[in-house]
Amino acid sequence: MTMLHTVNKSPFERNTLESCLRLAKKGSAVLLFEDGVIGAMQNTKFSEKVSQAMSDLSFYVLGPDIKARGLSEKKVIDGIKVVDYNDFVDLTAEHNAVQSWL
Amino acid sequence: MKFGIVINEGPYTHQSSDSALQFVKAALGKGHEIFRIFFYHDGVNNGTDLGVPPQDDRNLAKEWSELAEKHGLDLVVCIAAAQRRGMLDADEMKRHGKNASNLSKGFRISGLGQLIEAGIQADRLVTFGD
Amino acid sequence: METAEGVVKKFCYMNRKAPYGTIYALESLEVVLIAAAFDQDISLVFADDGVYQLTKDQDTDGIGMKNFSKTYSALGDYDINKIYVEKESLEERGLSVDDLQALTYEDEDDDWAEKNSLFVVGREELTALIDEQDVVLSF
Repeated sequence: MTMLHTVNKSPFERNTLESCLRLAKKGSAVLLFEDGVIGAMQNTKFSEKVSQAMSDLSFYVLGPDIKARGLSEKKVIDGIKVVDYNDFVDLTAEHNAVQSWL
Repeated sequence: MKFGIVINEGPYTHQSSDSALQFVKAALGKGHEIFRIFFYHDGVNNGTDLGVPPQDDRNLAKEWSELAEKHGLDLVVCIAAAQRRGMLDADEMKRHGKNASNLSKGFRISGLGQLIEAGIQADRLVTFGD
Repeated sequence: METAEGVVKKFCYMNRKAPYGTIYALESLEVVLIAAAFDQDISLVFADDGVYQLTKDQDTDGIGMKNFSKTYSALGDYDINKIYVEKESLEERGLSVDDLQALTYEDEDDDWAEKNSLFVVGREELTALIDEQDVVLSF
């Protein structure tokens, strides 16, 4: 089994997404939530980096946090799966540990 | 599956307590067990009984207390972090000669060992912070 | 892993913030000192600005805060002897291992010989190390 990494900050504010991408092992999952959802959006200066990381990592983004910020699920980078809190729980259960990048 | 939850930030300034609340509700709804919720750093402030949020806003301390009562959750506030930040239960109030205590119903104050134990006993430990 | 009594899990303490500006470094250390009593397999990781927690010559006299940096050198007495610092994080900050405290422990299985407990590891090694943990606590 692999690890679930969570990132809850915007890449414009913190380096947690960057650190996560740097140190998450190939095959791991990354869930973006809270302000972390900003890292899942298309056409930001970080979008390309996230798209590239998708060859090694599977990405998820928490839908309720996207909606709360007035963003559209349609503008999420292709290949990132939009999930809800139930899926968040499932992802946690399906992976052998959770690393929260704080 | 048994979950341990760690909340590292206080209510309202950060979303961490709200996110944790949604996560815990979802986990309980799916039939998982919540072994313990441990409040550390400024997270201890989630346990204050003295918050009076506006009526049209959520009352996080109350929501945690009610959820704990309904599902028998173990809400543990770290004693070392709590003492620094002025969170006291009735026993701690007496021990330190203070004239008030402020721990909400359903929370208890205990040591950091409770966090380590949650890491050992729970199948997954999920941290919500800044 | 079964969560029976006597189980030993791999606990990783991930430190990514500089000391003093926030309380995370100090309160992480407080957790680690308590954790030492639980006979678990403990690793400490210092990456990103967390590497600043281990600098030598910290002097907090001018800021009115307690200097807790000496506590790191006591970790060996608590049988905490796997302390990893990310090489790239040091380099990005213009630091080298010489800027950090020397951390050692006495090996009871080797006639109490004093041994190094601070290891500078590269990104790939650290990635593998994090991935094998059962519990990661981030500060």
